[in-house]
Amino acid sequence: MASQWLGVNELAANVQTGKTKAVELVEQALATIAEKAEYNAIIVTTEDRARERANAIDASVAKGETVGRLAGVPFIAKDNFLVFGAETTAASNILKGFTAPYQSSVIEKLEAEGAICVAKANLDAFAHGASTENSDVFTTKNPHDTTRVPGGSSGGSAAAVVLDMAPFALGTDTGGSIRQPASFSGCVGYKPTYGLVSRSGVVAMASSTDVIGPLTRTVEDAAYIMNIIADRDELDSTTIERDPAGYALGANNTSLKGQKIGIIKEYMGEGLSPAVKAIIENSVAKLKSAGAEIVEVSLPSLPMALAVYYIICPAEVSSNLGRYDGQRYGHTNPDAKDLDESYMGARGTGFGKEAKRRIMIGTYVLSSGYYDAYYKQAQTVRTKLIQEFEEAFKDVDFLLGPVAPTTAFKIGENANDPLQMYLSDVMTVAANLVGTPAISLPAGKSGELPVGLQLMAPQRADRALLTLAKQTEELLV
Amino acid sequence: MALVQLKATMSKLTQDDILKLARLARLQLTDDEVDEYASELSEILQYVEQLSAVDVTGLKPTNQVTGLTNVTRADEIKSYGYDPKELRKNLPAVENDQIKVKRMIG
Repeated sequence: MASQWLGVNELAANVQTGKTKAVELVEQALATIAEKAEYNAIIVTTEDRARERANAIDASVAKGETVGRLAGVPFIAKDNFLVFGAETTAASNILKGFTAPYQSSVIEKLEAEGAICVAKANLDAFAHGASTENSDVFTTKNPHDTTRVPGGSSGGSAAAVVLDMAPFALGTDTGGSIRQPASFSGCVGYKPTYGLVSRSGVVAMASSTDVIGPLTRTVEDAAYIMNIIADRDELDSTTIERDPAGYALGANNTSLKGQKIGIIKEYMGEGLSPAVKAIIENSVAKLKSAGAEIVEVSLPSLPMALAVYYIICPAEVSSNLGRYDGQRYGHTNPDAKDLDESYMGARGTGFGKEAKRRIMIGTYVLSSGYYDAYYKQAQTVRTKLIQEFEEAFKDVDFLLGPVAPTTAFKIGENANDPLQMYLSDVMTVAANLVGTPAISLPAGKSGELPVGLQLMAPQRADRALLTLAKQTEELLV
Repeated sequence: MALVQLKATMSKLTQDDILKLARLARLQLTDDEVDEYASELSEILQYVEQLSAVDVTGLKPTNQVTGLTNVTRADEIKSYGYDPKELRKNLPAVENDQIKVKRMIG
């Protein structure tokens, strides 16, 4: 289905020259959001503020002033980004009523270039999940089959892009939360190198793996957005230097000839659905005939990555969610007789099931007597995994595999089996643990359901990865 | 080796264990939740315990992946222009422009 949106650079160019008004783009986005409300992709719009900003941009254009590289381009932010103009709840009950006093650094960067946030997208509460079923608001429906999940946790953002509500959306990826919904819903999802995009003003989940990235219709748009949001930020001490060459892709891309891509052996075996496997193999065949050199690569510790992740992530979650105590904002327990009861009640009733589950697992693996056996062992196996990736990247330029073992599952199918739900992250968590960039590209469909192809590159090779992804996208379309 | 291995090993959390964890994490749970978490958390811990079999001799734990060390800034007061009134809007209970909490000492 053709999109109603041009590429983000063309949209901005048309606003800059006065050919299109920012107000028209914002109204177009808001109308599409209203028309497709039944998918539950959007929690709330920021329409008043969006209209004000659009009018201001149009007024600047009329006066002949310079407007930014994303002038008038509407976008949707996952609801764990602090933005003005609406509540920020991370789809949780405990943050109900929270109005951000400041905005995320990444939102500030986009706004400085004239982009306009029009809405907040649904997610699994606090980004804990792979389907949006853990949202305390509602479950988002897959755009291709409303009985199925859109993936998660950035399921609202992915569905919104596929439903054409805005030209791009922002997501966060802690264990696959951009790439897996991009695969399930059928858009491009980019997880940058750890540290490349500031997380200031984004609700923290697992700080050693959380990254921010765009969900878009095309690789070119993802690269264009990355070029604007990637930077050091004094408000996030984990940010790294951006590539001096930037990330936007020019017209003159190099050929696939001479590019060496490793298929990850561990991802292509047992547990991978035959339909997904066939689509990945077909993509590989196309890359081969376009001149890429394809080899098989083994990373023997990959089968351990999910276990490593489900120790480290809950450990960090239990720490990061400590701040939600009912005293300074959000859901509270007014009838408590003392402070302790106030904490217990506010947290016990404010957090959803999955948040409580992760807080308790985290508390367990970090507790005295268990720390060495669980947390320290997981952090050490993580080192082994990093070394195996480093070794692999000595031989190949990129790694390739599926994003998830299956296509989108049915709503309710895994809802009562948390471990089964965790298994949906089995092919995405490694990139987070290692810190490498990774992308999910639409590679084909099994019936009505999209399948994503995952490409990974060494840390900080984001520009090279986006370039390869664009070449691959052209082969797959 | 299969990418996903499920095997029953040692950990089995009791209802008492769950109550203790919930207490440490300041989470009030219902009786149903205690039962449910006892079985779910046991299953999850059994899954992650496969890591105990991995030989990590000579390896150090990884705490962060950027390689950055000692990220510092000048020790200067910076104003971000936030209005304290705006910041206080989110407070559940305020008295004399201060956060009001419940009694701490019995």
